[in-house]
Amino acid sequence: MSGLLRWVVWGLVSTVVLTGLLTGSQRLRLTRLNLPFLLGMLVTEDRDRAKLYGFGLHLVAGLAMAGLYAAVFSVWGRATWWLGGLLGVVHAGAVLLLLFPVLPALHPRMASESQGPTEVRQLEPPGLLGLHYGARTPVVVLVIHVVFGVLLGSISL
Amino acid sequence: MQPARIHDHAVIGDGHSAALVSSAGSVDWLCWPRFDSPSLFAGLLDTEVGGAFSLRTVEPARVTRWYLRDTNVLQTRFETDSGALVVTDLMPIHEARMPGPWPERELLRCVACERGEVMLEVLYAPRPDYGRAKPLVKQEGRLGWRLEQGGWLYTLRADFPLGPAPDGGVRGRGLLRAGQRAHFSLTATDDGPAVLPPLGHFAWERVERTVAAWRRWAARCRYAGPYRDAVVRSALALKLLSFGPSGAVVAAATTSLPEVLGGEANWDYRYCWVRDASFTARAFYGLGYEAEAESFVSWLLGATWLTQPRMNVLYDVYGRRRLGEAPLPHLEGYAGSRPVRVGNAAATQLQLDSYGEVIDAASQVARRGGALGRDELRMLVRLGEFITMKWDAPDEGIWESRTGRRAHTFSRLSCWMALERLLELHGRGVLRGIRRPTERFLEVRERLREELRTRAWNRWLRSYVRVLDGDEVDADLLLMAWYGFEDARSERMRGTHRRIVERLGARDGLLFRNEDDRREGEGAFGVCGFWSVGFLAKQGGEGLEVAEALFRRQLAYANDVGLYAEEISPETGEARGNFPQALTHVGLIAAALELEAARPWFDAGAWA
Repeated sequence: MSGLLRWVVWGLVSTVVLTGLLTGSQRLRLTRLNLPFLLGMLVTEDRDRAKLYGFGLHLVAGLAMAGLYAAVFSVWGRATWWLGGLLGVVHAGAVLLLLFPVLPALHPRMASESQGPTEVRQLEPPGLLGLHYGARTPVVVLVIHVVFGVLLGSISL
Repeated sequence: MQPARIHDHAVIGDGHSAALVSSAGSVDWLCWPRFDSPSLFAGLLDTEVGGAFSLRTVEPARVTRWYLRDTNVLQTRFETDSGALVVTDLMPIHEARMPGPWPERELLRCVACERGEVMLEVLYAPRPDYGRAKPLVKQEGRLGWRLEQGGWLYTLRADFPLGPAPDGGVRGRGLLRAGQRAHFSLTATDDGPAVLPPLGHFAWERVERTVAAWRRWAARCRYAGPYRDAVVRSALALKLLSFGPSGAVVAAATTSLPEVLGGEANWDYRYCWVRDASFTARAFYGLGYEAEAESFVSWLLGATWLTQPRMNVLYDVYGRRRLGEAPLPHLEGYAGSRPVRVGNAAATQLQLDSYGEVIDAASQVARRGGALGRDELRMLVRLGEFITMKWDAPDEGIWESRTGRRAHTFSRLSCWMALERLLELHGRGVLRGIRRPTERFLEVRERLREELRTRAWNRWLRSYVRVLDGDEVDADLLLMAWYGFEDARSERMRGTHRRIVERLGARDGLLFRNEDDRREGEGAFGVCGFWSVGFLAKQGGEGLEVAEALFRRQLAYANDVGLYAEEISPETGEARGNFPQALTHVGLIAAALELEAARPWFDAGAWA
């Protein structure tokens, strides 16, 4: 399998696994974080369609992240499951510490803690470490991104 | 502390769940996200442990309330010596192509001070999971008051001063002057980040949209007979008890409201009873709500698909079997009526009448040109075959007796009706190409007829009787005319009606279900009184005049906003049992439709 094809196939597989784990976490009441829903709300106000569109956007975003992982493995000259897992930790840290705090400024439909909901911004912000979406959200985010990294590290050999 | 009386509640809902609001301004019952979910407020069942969301005036107030015309949007007016304010309560309805995202569930309470100044007191005391979970409400600034429990987030947002209450809730007090408004939006979500709808005039937009949606729905009602307001109110109550995603109709919005005050007959009615099928389908069709009728029958055939030819007595709104029943011993129960139960063990009983009611409901669809799939028709035939094997078995009967199985007349009547309908479908060619044991259907139908005419008839009483070879009557025997087994004008049915009124009658034409209920101190059963109206209307002639008078008297037992519980106390006229009760409202609609059919619509002016 060519490098490009491997990236596409396993990038998609890893993203689907990540999404599945996230959905499972929601069903187990561990978190209310729903990345496809959040992404879908970028393009539509309809909560049902948001999940559909968001799933597509999430696949694209996952593919892009898989490309970033592949680029790092390429720079390092090797890829292992634990290196992938380590990247997953960094990835989760970036989501929790960088992306979540600025999300209200980036997302056109997300309320902010200082302003509260408005006519156009009604989506609950994630809060510090995503804790608004449930106290276990940081753990869920960490675990699913480590799994994402481990998968990519394992198969990018 | 005593809870508000059952009678003093109104219901609001959004086609997924429902809340009961007392005339004192308190939301005493709310289960989210579905009718049968654990409660957030269950003050109706325990004022201390259950939780409530109260908006009330500090000064004593004279209270009047009403639904906005042709809607399920409630308004309560509190008039004090210093002023007046109106609380508008609703659960907003979300429709396709509506602008803006919407929360999974919302309870919206809008307050407007109309005159003078009024001190408003607010108490928000959520008690998730029937009061078993610890309510830790946290303030998150402009994002509102948040309570997380079991993966669910409940958020209260208000533009009114609120602060923490000592017991983990939220309270506030403030003066509203004429023209001032306050808004309280309680939302719930477990599916992703919460949507937090804006308040102020945006809240009133949601009120207007919801009012318009209910009015559009009510305007589709084709009924043109007597007491249209009561019929439309019943239709709205029935729609409110319908679960939008599946078309199922739950029996009532509550669990464990007692049939006998202080007694143990406290059942969970937040499920869908197969028994109610033909009544519900006929009510929807009769009023012109074909889509609702077909949706309900479709749910019914889907729900019973997995277990057919056997059927459970009840299913949940998604058609899943719900077999468990559990007490909630930490709840005191309404007026001390314990146990409080969740789930309903009647699910596994044998109710042979259910088979006839499903087949009758499906035949309603066929009669009106609706489509039934071949698989559905095969299923109906399989149900018929099951009846030919089980028709003479004792069962628990239509009223779900828990005292053992008996040879109930109504169950035989329903089996007869099932075979009659199947043979009718065969005669109309609907079953063409489907293997069916027509001869066997004919044979068993005749045996049933013979048995009903002989063993279900007591010649000493000159009446049909509750069980074969018995000497007691049951109000369900009035349905012999409804299902076409007997002519309402026949001597046998006249005698049966006389005996039922004599033995089961309460004041104003109210009827007990049977003699057990009278002995045990239960209330009169709401639907039975309406069956009596329908029966008399079918008689025509002098019976029609009596039916009209009886109907008027029954209507007087609705509460101030037109709602009925399962039962009515003959002594006090108060509601008993779960509330509001779909079957009672279905009975009202059926009685009205009989009156309308007996007297042409163009006489409608005479009814005013």
